[in-house]
Amino acid sequence: MKYELVIGLETHVELSTDSKLFCSCGGHSSPKEPNDCVCPACSGMPGMLPVTNKHAIELAVKAGFMLNCKINQYTTFDKKSYYYPDLPCAYQITQWFHPICVDGSVQIGERTIGIKQIHVEEDAGKLVHDEATNTSFVDFNRTSVPLIEIVSRPDFRSSDEVIAYLKKLKSSLQFAGISECEEGAMRCDVNISVRPEGSNELGVRSEIKNMSSLSEIKDAIEFEKVRHVDAIERHTEMLVQETRRWDDVKRRTFPMRNKETAADYRYFPDPNLMPIVIDDEWLAEIKASMPATAEEKSGYYEEMGIAAKEAAVLSSDRKLSDMFDDVVAMGRSPKTVASWILTECMGQMKRLELTSLDIEPAKLARIIELVEDGEITRAAGKKVLSAVFENNVDVDKFCEENNLNAKIDNSFILETVRRVIGENDKAVADYKSGKVKAMQSIFGCIMKELKGNGDPAVIRSLLEKELNA
Amino acid sequence: MIYINEINAAGKIAVDDTILVKDVPATAGSKMLENFKPLFSAEAVERLEKAGYAVAGKTNVGEFGLDLMGETSYFAPETENGSLVGAAASLVASGKVKAALNVDLNGAPRRAAAVSCVDFIKPTYGTVSRYGIIACACSGEQIGVTAKNADDAKEILSVIAGHDSKDGTSLPAEKYEYSTEENVAEMKICIAKELYDAASAEVKAKIDGFAESLKKLGAKVEEVSLGMAEQAKTAWQILMSAETTNNLSRFDGVKYGYRTPEYKNIDELYVKSRSESMGFLAKATIIYGSDVLAKAKYEKCYDKSLRIRRIVCDKAREILADYDAILAPACSQVSYKPYDTADAFEKVYEESLFTAIPSITGMPAMVTKGVQLIADSYKESVLLSIAKSVEV
Ligand SMILES: [Zn+2]
Repeated sequence: MKYELVIGLETHVELSTDSKLFCSCGGHSSPKEPNDCVCPACSGMPGMLPVTNKHAIELAVKAGFMLNCKINQYTTFDKKSYYYPDLPCAYQITQWFHPICVDGSVQIGERTIGIKQIHVEEDAGKLVHDEATNTSFVDFNRTSVPLIEIVSRPDFRSSDEVIAYLKKLKSSLQFAGISECEEGAMRCDVNISVRPEGSNELGVRSEIKNMSSLSEIKDAIEFEKVRHVDAIERHTEMLVQETRRWDDVKRRTFPMRNKETAADYRYFPDPNLMPIVIDDEWLAEIKASMPATAEEKSGYYEEMGIAAKEAAVLSSDRKLSDMFDDVVAMGRSPKTVASWILTECMGQMKRLELTSLDIEPAKLARIIELVEDGEITRAAGKKVLSAVFENNVDVDKFCEENNLNAKIDNSFILETVRRVIGENDKAVADYKSGKVKAMQSIFGCIMKELKGNGDPAVIRSLLEKELNA
Repeated sequence: MIYINEINAAGKIAVDDTILVKDVPATAGSKMLENFKPLFSAEAVERLEKAGYAVAGKTNVGEFGLDLMGETSYFAPETENGSLVGAAASLVASGKVKAALNVDLNGAPRRAAAVSCVDFIKPTYGTVSRYGIIACACSGEQIGVTAKNADDAKEILSVIAGHDSKDGTSLPAEKYEYSTEENVAEMKICIAKELYDAASAEVKAKIDGFAESLKKLGAKVEEVSLGMAEQAKTAWQILMSAETTNNLSRFDGVKYGYRTPEYKNIDELYVKSRSESMGFLAKATIIYGSDVLAKAKYEKCYDKSLRIRRIVCDKAREILADYDAILAPACSQVSYKPYDTADAFEKVYEESLFTAIPSITGMPAMVTKGVQLIADSYKESVLLSIAKSVEV
């Protein structure tokens, strides 16, 4: 019999806010020392009250728009209770009764993956175990950092679809500025079951908790598929609905202790946080601030005359497309800018092994302007760009210091040629006496005087003309 | 100990030990917080200090403020001639302090004021910031003022009321103007029948006397059946216990507060630290509150109580559309004797019949001359004016 996988995902993503969800401590940018970024509120001291970070709400709504969700204009925060040392209040503020976004979808190739809901919640802290003293320490830096949980419907049928979805989610969230999606900042719970192909019933479900590496997610799904099919076909074990974890060393999943999963979380609305009403005006404001999607951008670039393939590359990465938009806005022609970004900048990134384009758009714009105006040669432009990548140099200053100026007029060159000839009687006499090589030493002197400026071909022809006059 | 007793603090303000004052230990009457020192002051305390008032010190409260009037304090209840005394109320009564800030969570400062014959006003929910309260029932608890007379209560309340961005439920008005000069002669007041009937003869006599004074002033007094007193009491019990359970769960022995000296694992650390440091009433409230929040009971307990809250609010507003204020007992008796701890949960539940309506609706209430007055939201001036005109 053939079997098919039925997979649903719960994906937790850290939002790119400047502060935590309910206090003014710094947000997602991770501090260096444990408990650097902690206040009485996010460490569970009595007396503190939560105040909602408006920006987090806006980012969650943006994620909803991006995933074609219905936005609940009346949304509430609820408390989820459980005891764990990394949860200082012994409750997590989340959205249980009225999540902010519902009923969306994402297109993965030909397949449509349903999104059940997106809700906002606070992250927990971190336990650090010290083997030497056999003691656990608590780090509250991550406590109350805002997350969204994106809950998909059980619409995935293969591990490849899951991976494609997560990659798309990651690039879209980054593109829209909703989340940096840094390493480990995107965590998944994978719900998985197996059923005979064509069946409409759902099999017994396992949930694999807290996965962040794409390759581990893929391996875990493949492992679970085999385990489930074996259990059904060969009765290797009795499947039960349970929570499991992936062990990357042993390359298999293990059930988690029952205690960790059987909890009653005693959800109830948080009386300290008034329901949030997102009125039409606010909703429209958030919508207006949405950046164009990658597809929209690509089409727009093609209209500007950029080749389809180049437009696709430019729009695939937020940093590349931002650079393109900024430099074009500074008055450079789209085609030239595209070529500089895709050839020169990406060349530099490859050379320096950089993963993102982080130079100042104004500097690239200035280099292109200098080359287009013939102030410097294209080769000189590349030299400046390289220096900008390496040392973030000032473009004009760098050109001046390195005498990259190509526009020295011929009368000045001629004057220099004549002066140098006048100062090198012996070499001139040698040349005239048939020692052709003597011209090379005069040429060298001229180039030295001109400090490398001027077109060598022009200089040589002027020199010959003068010597033979 | 940190509590003020005989020190000369006339003119200063006492603060309940459930309200934080920076660097001054705040125990909330519990062994759990015996050595807890807060890093900041409550907004109400900050406002008082900014306005030039000095904090006299902290006053003893029952554990987390859950009891009748302080009898469950880990640091021993205050009594006089064999009867219970509210610490703040007795200091105000004897003139040792000008006034006191108290958290009205489940009526304790109202009962204490009634027994000690001083004034206490619990303002409309959301008018005084709850920032800096050792919180229990966030949806209804409120800081109020115990004072010797209506003018003092008005003076202190004017200082502490107003919007605070640190409290998400704080109402938007920056300031509130209160008056003690509204014309009582033109007022219509109703006596809450169910609460009157449930009180002792001595308490009934106090209500009768107060009603007579009002009539003499020209006010109209009638008896009205509320039709929701029992429901308000039970629903508030459920909401209050559930929220308290949730708020007290942060006291787990991990970060601060009492930690059991010996434990083998984290579960034992939790269980022993909490069991060894909390008293009977706190434990009973936690067990009850956990039960009503359980998944299987949520719909018919907590959720239903939220719906009852709305009905009680509507009903109270309806009555207060016809009357300026409701006159009712604040407690069943004129004094309380110490009782067996094991009865605490039932005892407080019974007494909350008299105090639950303002707690669950967020409406203002005032105790004066041993009786309670309830008005519609923002109508503190009605209460203060009645209290003032009956004073003289
Ligand atoms: Zn914080």
